[in-house]
Amino acid sequence: MKITVTVNGVERSGDVEPRTLLVHFLRDELNLTGTNIGCDTSSCGACTIHVEGQSAKSCTMLAAQADGLELTTIEGLANGDILHPMQRCFQENHGLQCGYCTPGMVMAAISLLDENPNPSETDVRIGLEGNLCRCTGYHNIVKSVLACAAESNGASK
Amino acid sequence: MIPAAFEYVRADSVDAALSALTKYGDEAKLLAGGHSLLPLMKLRLAAPSVLVDVGRLDDLRYINDAGDYIAIGALTRHRDLETSSLLASAAPLLAHAAGHVGDPQVRHRGTIGGSLAHADPASDLPAVALAMGATIVATGPNGTREIAASEFYTGFLESALAPDELLTEIRIPKLDTQGWSFQKFNRRAQDWAIVGVATVRANGSTGVGLVNMGSTPLLASAVMNAVNSGANAADAAALANEGTEAQSDINASSEYREHLARVLVRRSLEESGLS
Ligand SMILES: Cc1cc2nc3c(=O)[nH]c(=O)nc-3n(C[C@H](O)[C@H](O)[C@H](O)COP(=O)(O)OP(=O)(O)OC[C@H]3O[C@@H](n4cnc5c(N)ncnc54)[C@H](O)[C@@H]3O)c2cc1C
Ligand code: FES
Ligand code: FES
Repeated sequence: MKITVTVNGVERSGDVEPRTLLVHFLRDELNLTGTNIGCDTSSCGACTIHVEGQSAKSCTMLAAQADGLELTTIEGLANGDILHPMQRCFQENHGLQCGYCTPGMVMAAISLLDENPNPSETDVRIGLEGNLCRCTGYHNIVKSVLACAAESNGASK
Repeated sequence: MIPAAFEYVRADSVDAALSALTKYGDEAKLLAGGHSLLPLMKLRLAAPSVLVDVGRLDDLRYINDAGDYIAIGALTRHRDLETSSLLASAAPLLAHAAGHVGDPQVRHRGTIGGSLAHADPASDLPAVALAMGATIVATGPNGTREIAASEFYTGFLESALAPDELLTEIRIPKLDTQGWSFQKFNRRAQDWAIVGVATVRANGSTGVGLVNMGSTPLLASAVMNAVNSGANAADAAALANEGTEAQSDINASSEYREHLARVLVRRSLEESGLS
């Protein structure tokens, strides 16, 4: 079947089998390989993207379900060489070790701050419950998200 | 992990969904948020030959005050329930429990209708629907019927819905709530409950629903009868396992689940204000 999605602001079409998972469509058809597959069982959050602005696990959606919708992947965040504030905060706070969980963490973290712009440390830990870091680098991940929240709150004051 | 091949039909109205169900019969499965069905299909534990996607039926995505009850459309997502100010005041147990389903990504996609229709004893919202005395509205080729939550669960992953029916609405009675509590015991934040308990004390009586204590979501009837005839929390909680048939699995033995049920029912009754 033919589907059309808007990914990172650009309209992209493809011919997929109904059973094609969204993450496979992104990676294999659209060559957007920034979105990783960690567990394939809806548990780890490595495949997190934004669907209509909200975090979602792209291994637990059919590409067909995304037809006509707006998607954002990790590739859509930076503006040329200028990183998205969340990406920069991860970089500055060393919020990654091997980096495998990072695209999903960053996408989940942006969605978290959209819903709760001023989270406590506990809010961040609970808000990222759908994302696992095999390197267990949670301390600096949480620090990165809190830094990004503080920065944007400072900027808006 | 990729599901077995199937035909995909997107329904753009309730009528279209019903005609697709009639046309394809037993071969078809409805797809709402997909967060219970797709994981099963990826493991090939389910292999429907037709998926009827009702995920775009925004007409069925609402939370309304209907006078005596709150009407919730089947396609309302967990995140909508969690953040609804109407539910926060009229049915805080439901809003709170919805906020503890899975993780944010799951709550952005999963729906209340899918949660109730899937009839998984490990799911949180069926126990809440039971405790609150909810009514489930099913729409089929011959119109609409109401099913009490207490009559809805018929077996493991089986409900009173006919194969050609769509769950369209959930009605939560407007209760004069004196107290409520949701206890969910799990080891990792995003997991399903090993055991869960939903309690609401309202209009002079107490409802208690149990998560993962048998092959279906259950009411703790013995506990409810005891409380409603004047027992205190400790005495009533001692009856938490009556009528249950907890399973042993990788997370817990049945004995441990029974122990948890007694402890959590007591906490739940106490948190909802019973001494
Ligand atoms: C990682 C993860 C963690 C989770 N954790 C929890 C948890 O802690 N607690 C919990 O309760 N749940 C949990 N869930 C399940 C989640 O709540 C699901 O969203 C929900 O159980 C099913 O809703 P859905 O809309 O995704 O349904 P779907 O998966 O689309 O459908 C489920 C079943 O219901 C049927 N169905 C769907 N809608 C209707 C309808 N309107 N009428 C008739 N039949 C219908 C479908 O045919 C299918 O058989 C988790 C899921 C995941 C992936
Ligand atoms: S790959 Fe999707 S949740 Fe792990
Ligand atoms: S940085 Fe290695 S998995 Fe998280």
